[in-house]
Amino acid sequence: MITDIDAKLLEKIADLTGKPVGAFNIRKDSGCEARQSTEHIEITPKTDGKQGIDIRVKPGTKGEQCHIPVIISKTGLSELVYNDFYIGDDCDVEIVAGCGIHNSGCNESRHDGVHTFYIGKNSRVHYSEKHYGEDAPGETGRNIMNPQTIVHLGENSTMQMDTIQIRGIDSTKRDTRFYCEKGSEVVVTERLLTHGKQEAESDMLIELNGEDAKGRVISRSVAQDESKQVFHPVMVGNSQCFGHVQCDSIIMGSAHIQSIPAITANCPDAQLIHEAAIGKIAGDQLLKLETLGLTPEEAEETILKGFLA
Amino acid sequence: MLELKNICYRVSTPEGEADILNHIDLVIPDHKLVVFTGPNGGGKTTLAKVIMGLVQPTEGQILYNGRDVTGLSITERARLGISYGFQQPPRFKGITVHDLLLLAAGSEKLSKDRCCQYLTRVGLCANDYLDREVDVSLSGGEVKRIEIATILARNSQLMIFDEPEAGIDLWSFARLTETFEQIHQEGRSTMIIISHQERIIQLADEIIVVSNGSIAHRGTTEEIFPLILADTLGTCPVLEKKEVKL
Repeated sequence: MITDIDAKLLEKIADLTGKPVGAFNIRKDSGCEARQSTEHIEITPKTDGKQGIDIRVKPGTKGEQCHIPVIISKTGLSELVYNDFYIGDDCDVEIVAGCGIHNSGCNESRHDGVHTFYIGKNSRVHYSEKHYGEDAPGETGRNIMNPQTIVHLGENSTMQMDTIQIRGIDSTKRDTRFYCEKGSEVVVTERLLTHGKQEAESDMLIELNGEDAKGRVISRSVAQDESKQVFHPVMVGNSQCFGHVQCDSIIMGSAHIQSIPAITANCPDAQLIHEAAIGKIAGDQLLKLETLGLTPEEAEETILKGFLA
Repeated sequence: MLELKNICYRVSTPEGEADILNHIDLVIPDHKLVVFTGPNGGGKTTLAKVIMGLVQPTEGQILYNGRDVTGLSITERARLGISYGFQQPPRFKGITVHDLLLLAAGSEKLSKDRCCQYLTRVGLCANDYLDREVDVSLSGGEVKRIEIATILARNSQLMIFDEPEAGIDLWSFARLTETFEQIHQEGRSTMIIISHQERIIQLADEIIVVSNGSIAHRGTTEEIFPLILADTLGTCPVLEKKEVKL
């Protein structure tokens, strides 16, 4: 049964209000709350003993959405889930994943998700993933999420991956890997805000293996209070390809950010660029917004909201 | 009306204390267009910043519409109707031109037509710019014109522009001077423009020459412009002393 708390979590992580349209699988407290396949997208539970589902998108499927949110409302729950996506050739689909934890007690709640994509030729996939956590009033249980995403991009396929984690996750360790074939393209945007004593680590590997493969990483993060963040995006060019890694962070309070972008070319025709910047909010930005009538607090909030938009 | 009384701004330097602004008294009546001009480092920008609250004077008093605003914050002065266009405006990652205009107008919604009016008045096309981020992808001149558009969107009673012509191409500059003239003719706002441009100086009701932290001259364009020209034709004192026997 979906409670009010669950409904709020679903709205936060998947913009879902009411029953989703198209294929969906709602996982709640390690069980299946609701599932629906469509003519073109089939969702089935795993049969190899692992927790999780297989999502199969038929070749030629266009303009369809698939929602697979995970919600946890029990304290002390820990799970490891495997979701495998098989996207046929010539598809154009949107997949919305995400995990929300409402920790109702003092124990640690933890979701480890392994998502593996096999994307066929000439297909386009827009994959978004939102992570959100909150504690019930007066409770102190830690919320942990460790997502692993492995993507195999077929020839001339594209994937846009948008990840966002804003508040409430005490510890996260992301592991994202892309293997790009000829003519394929991946664009990853990562948005992260940590506060309190939260810790976040993001490892990313993009292998541009096929001719004319393209990769782009745009990472924006804000570390507040005493939180810690470590980014390690690695772009490897194994053919004539183009790769660009851009990591921008705003540091506040007594936070700690480490950004270690790396590019490796194993082919003379690989063109790879990386940029990384860490800094506090510029004083002239705050002053400008104050001259527009915003208070210093509103100015700071506006700058952060825009930066993470 | 804006009144500055005995404004001083003194800073500490390794060589001792330096007066950036030196006992400035100034009254600017409503709906006037006043140009601050003068040599670089003379104190024009500091004086303008003192009015907005970006610099706190070490001595003196600022009255705006009869109210003492000397101790008010930038935000409070902005809410009283003072606006300020920076000479070198900051850029914002993730904030679009539309977002900035909304913030400037202080409303949640602003029609595209309205945005278009503000941008057209600084020589930009809304279709090309509204959704663009005010980041490094824009040129200095574009950011500058967007900055001026935000001041137009504020529709405030007292508009301060710090060298609005800097970094702007000739064609856009011509459009901009028309806009200043139009605002002046509408007669709803007072404008203080820091400028060295003859075309802007010609629009002014009054020119104030700020030099060495003081008001060196003030008067109408007809009175002051010949003095400025005479000053700029002066020879270099160092070169003059070159007649030294080797």
